[in-house]
Amino acid sequence: MAKLELDHLSKRYGDFHAVRDVTLDVAEGEFLVLLGPSGCGKTTTLRMIAGFVEPTGGAVRVGGSDVTWQPPWKRNTGLVFQSYALFPHLTVNQNVAFGLEMRKCSPGEVAQRTAEALRLVRLEHLGERLPRQLSGGQQQRVALARALVFRPDVLLLDEPLSNLDAKLRHEVRVEIRELQRQLGLTTVMVTHDQEEALTMADRLVVMSEGAVRQAGTQRDLYERPADRFVADFVGRSTFIEGRVESPGMFRTVGGLAMRCNGGAVGAASLAIRPERISISPTPLVGVDNSLEGTVEFVSYLGAQIDIHIRISPRERLIAQIANRAGDFTPLVGDGVHVGWASSDARVFEDGAEAS
Amino acid sequence: MRRTVSAMPAAFGTRRLGWWALRGAATFTMLYIMVPLIFVTWLSFFRQEIPSFPPEGYSLRWYEAIAGNDRFVDGFLLSLQLGVIATALGLTVAVPAALCLSRYRFKGREALNSLLLLPLMVPGVVLGMALYVSHVEVEIATGLPILGSLGGLLAGHVLVVIPWTVRLVLASLAGFDRTLEEAAQNLGADRWTTFRRITLPSILPGIVAAAMFGFVSSFGNLEMSLFLVGPGRTTLPIAILQYLEWKIDPTIAAVSVVQILLIGSAMLITDRFVKISRVV
Repeated sequence: MAKLELDHLSKRYGDFHAVRDVTLDVAEGEFLVLLGPSGCGKTTTLRMIAGFVEPTGGAVRVGGSDVTWQPPWKRNTGLVFQSYALFPHLTVNQNVAFGLEMRKCSPGEVAQRTAEALRLVRLEHLGERLPRQLSGGQQQRVALARALVFRPDVLLLDEPLSNLDAKLRHEVRVEIRELQRQLGLTTVMVTHDQEEALTMADRLVVMSEGAVRQAGTQRDLYERPADRFVADFVGRSTFIEGRVESPGMFRTVGGLAMRCNGGAVGAASLAIRPERISISPTPLVGVDNSLEGTVEFVSYLGAQIDIHIRISPRERLIAQIANRAGDFTPLVGDGVHVGWASSDARVFEDGAEAS
Repeated sequence: MRRTVSAMPAAFGTRRLGWWALRGAATFTMLYIMVPLIFVTWLSFFRQEIPSFPPEGYSLRWYEAIAGNDRFVDGFLLSLQLGVIATALGLTVAVPAALCLSRYRFKGREALNSLLLLPLMVPGVVLGMALYVSHVEVEIATGLPILGSLGGLLAGHVLVVIPWTVRLVLASLAGFDRTLEEAAQNLGADRWTTFRRITLPSILPGIVAAAMFGFVSSFGNLEMSLFLVGPGRTTLPIAILQYLEWKIDPTIAAVSVVQILLIGSAMLITDRFVKISRVV
């Protein structure tokens, strides 16, 4: 295993900037997730690390040595493809053994390490099968074993779970993460699924339009999003448009006054996480902001309930409450009081927003 | 309610009618294809020399006659050699050409694509005539003995094989997932190893089918070959034609049956290894 460095990495196709000036360090054994909507440049970044795309600028370093201009077969990276890309004419054993054969291992070593890798993904009994005789989940694990068996410097995962059904996906997430930790693999995963990213990552990198928006832990991104794009993409937020009238005072387009933390005077938007909003039939005391509203829509989601509350003709909030026995649950049409602490709302100056 | 009841048999009837129409059309087409083959086979067993119905009796004498006829035996051997070598040469052109056409976007790509199909679109007589004239010209200009040479004949057959092989290899490349190549390279295989270990085995059914069709088109070629054969060198179709100029006894039918069996069994054997129907 080795550390991975991306140094001002860029890729341009004509006038289109697929990746803009991405600089990232992935520590040895770290699980980094590149997260972003489709077309944000995350896959291109991954393909540049694997060597399938030549960058138009910057460098890729693995374990301190520059591999930017090395062909894919000279880089020691293990890539798990979204479609798994198992060789259909080779058995599971032959698929897994491929990387070892390319590295000129002795037949004895190939057999032993192939068996070991398949044991690691609990498929040792299926070595003689052809890929098409396996389920999607099994194929995915073969692809993983194939990428691990030659002890790559960096493990690369390209949306590895998107072809699995939801239930299996949850299991495999944990499985991959445990394996990665056990083997101490430096890993970069690409995904557009924020829940997957949050579950698996040591650190996340949110990308959009080819550039890194923010890099940090789950808590960093959720509690302190760098801009409106991150606040919107990671978790949910209600955005209220308006302006900061004076430091600490936000006035909505609909004319409501809200206390906030910081923000330069000028046009801005206020982002509030749904679960940070308190909701009560009686006026709330001891909170920074307390408003009255009417319940317009209630959606029951099992563990939690989403409540859409009209607070002015132009503004609506979404509050999320836990579904606990005995708790107050408003009905559509009820008048309610909502409130939140200033520190739970974030101000984004307009122009600093992403899209 | 009444409408549903009355509408149902009507719909049912239309459906049945369609089913019968389909069966009828299929049967007619099958007969249309099979009847000549059946008659030829039947005829090859007639005892009498002049084909007439009903047969006077049956015998295998016409099959014996082929074995005793040097022109047929030599023709068969020459056609077999030509077919095998022309197919092999055709494939060495077709596989790289198809890879190039399917993977790269370059100037003149469409032109090259059409050029490789051209021998299929030009009538055989025209192709033979053109080759003949150019052989004459080249021979006069260079003094090399090209006219009527085995090399000249073989080159013509390669030309006939190429369009088939290019088409079929292209078709199998279209269904090939290139991510597999990236996977192999990621695992440490260079370009050549990737081609040998991954690409080639994946498109092998297409290549086998291409060889099959290439061989058949060379083996059965008459019009073009007529212009290119030299003295003492006769392909099987030409030997058949020449024989027919003098006789119409069932020997020809027997030769045809042998050909049908040969090509038919080649197809069946190939189909056991690769499903031709999946590629063509």
